[in-house]
Amino acid sequence: TLPLLFLNLGGEMLYILDQRLRAQSIPGEKARKDEWTDVDRKRVMNDIITTMFNKKFMEELFKPQELYSKKALRTVYDRLAHASIMRLNQASMDKLYDLMTMAFKYQVLLCPRPKDILLVTFNHLDAIKDFVRDSPGILNQVDETFRQLIETYSCLSAGEFQLIRQTLLVFFQDMHIRVSIFLKDKVQNSNGRFVLPISGPVPWGTEVPGLIRLFNRNGDEVKRTEFTTGGNYVTPQREGSFDLYGDRVLKLGTNMYSVSRPVETHISGSSKNLASHAKENIAPNPLAKEELNFLARLLGGLEIKKPGGSETGFRLNLFTTDEEEEHAALTRPEELSYKVINIEATQEPGRRAELSRILGELEVAEPRPGSSGKGEDLLALMDGL
Amino acid sequence: LQMYESDGSIMVYWHALDVTEHPPAQAVFARGIAAAGGRFICVGTSSGLVLVFDIPPKGTNITVSEVLEQHRDAITDIAAELGQAPDGAGDLVTADDAGTLCVWSTGEEFTLRSKIPAFGCTCSSVKLWNGIVAAGYGNGQIRLYEAATGLLRAEVNAHARWIYALDLAPQTGKLLSGAEDSFVHVWKLSRNPATDDVEIEHCHAECVTDTQVCGARFCDPEGDSFAVTGYDLSEIFCYSRA
Repeated sequence: TLPLLFLNLGGEMLYILDQRLRAQSIPGEKARKDEWTDVDRKRVMNDIITTMFNKKFMEELFKPQELYSKKALRTVYDRLAHASIMRLNQASMDKLYDLMTMAFKYQVLLCPRPKDILLVTFNHLDAIKDFVRDSPGILNQVDETFRQLIETYSCLSAGEFQLIRQTLLVFFQDMHIRVSIFLKDKVQNSNGRFVLPISGPVPWGTEVPGLIRLFNRNGDEVKRTEFTTGGNYVTPQREGSFDLYGDRVLKLGTNMYSVSRPVETHISGSSKNLASHAKENIAPNPLAKEELNFLARLLGGLEIKKPGGSETGFRLNLFTTDEEEEHAALTRPEELSYKVINIEATQEPGRRAELSRILGELEVAEPRPGSSGKGEDLLALMDGL
Repeated sequence: LQMYESDGSIMVYWHALDVTEHPPAQAVFARGIAAAGGRFICVGTSSGLVLVFDIPPKGTNITVSEVLEQHRDAITDIAAELGQAPDGAGDLVTADDAGTLCVWSTGEEFTLRSKIPAFGCTCSSVKLWNGIVAAGYGNGQIRLYEAATGLLRAEVNAHARWIYALDLAPQTGKLLSGAEDSFVHVWKLSRNPATDDVEIEHCHAECVTDTQVCGARFCDPEGDSFAVTGYDLSEIFCYSRA
């Protein structure tokens, strides 16, 4: 399930970042030093996508493994969002993550067939390929991942896909953050729950409800009756394509943001559902350190762009004003804060040395004298663990 | 697997699923459970094996009496005969991810009565009543089969999404179906005494707005009331005839 979770959430993140960067960008010639231009935007998108589809990262991602915890996953996206010159404050990062997760939750929930979750993923990948269409190198990386998805998932049965879908739904359970674009489009209710339409095309492979057929012992149809439900379903026109290229037909997973529609989220802190959530956050997660070691290993070997020389980190605000961002940070309910894990050295001397080495790799620091190429560092890192 | 006293006070038996049956890093789980033949508890597993536990009338000396190996896909549901089985009809049905159904006669040794082939869709839920197998599928269809022969007797385009739950009220033959399309339907099963044909008619439709129904059960053996649960729902909704 992890590759699907990671790629789809990553896709949503890119949609949102692209929209915000476009909304805040200034034409190149007129821009001051601290303002975004189109060139900057493309660079940020390229950097993030390159990091996301890094070959070694993808290899690790596709290995059969348990889902990361919510905290560990949030940390991955924290790092990913900062894989370029862009900087996000905590409040903006929180909002970004809220939007990403609610969007994907919606897509998983509304998937007509369990297998359609693959089409949703393909929609995200198609859009990512469009973001980097001018860079053949990165495009190639994305295509590689595309092929690996097809190889890994194409032969799964409906039951297996449903299990994946259920795993994802359990991961997203009890999240009811209201997203303004969803509320406006009447896709989400004011209580945070998604609207489930009872009309439209039925999934591919399903018949429109209403018909009862009875057969006798010889297998002949002997009676037909109909019943009505109040739903208003129709037959679907065609099936989406599961190939590398093709019409996916399904709209879930395509970019629903456009420059002119700023997206807000509303956190309801008083909902009953959050009470159980709060308990979950407080209990220490014994696996957290394990997962983070793994995570550090993955990202430790990757190039982390540092703000070099005359460039300063460009800050992106997911809110309309700086004041709004500050206010959001102050008023975010405790239960909904994504506690990013801090690495602490353990007692074992051997482990401590190892962890320090990993930490060293992660720090945006000067290259250590005498250290060989990044590739060899990664190998040494792998051997040591 | 854990078995407890009926008041939940003490665990009397436990059984660990054999992980070596499964390829590495694959989900290992138990799914589908039914009490059958007055003395057995049958439990399905993700490898397709059905474990049969022999429960003694007194004491806690529970043993695995048999392992049924007819299914090659993860078990989805198991159901025992809720009414009166006609001769030779079998009293247990097992269903799997591929959509294959097996009908068994329980006893010291379980015998396979009939095997109903899949038609390309997961059978998510199954019930057995008076020799009729009622099966709910991932494509929203409900099918009725003759338990003794495996013959298809009825096909209902019941739901627009994956059927999650089926329940049956044994006194009246009422069938309840709940699915992801947010609908719950009540049906009536019967047999025409003259032709011996199986009949099913629609009684009632209920839309649980904006909820993907995950569980549905009758609250009484006549089927005059039922309860519903759904994804992201912390409540259980109860419905009854006015």
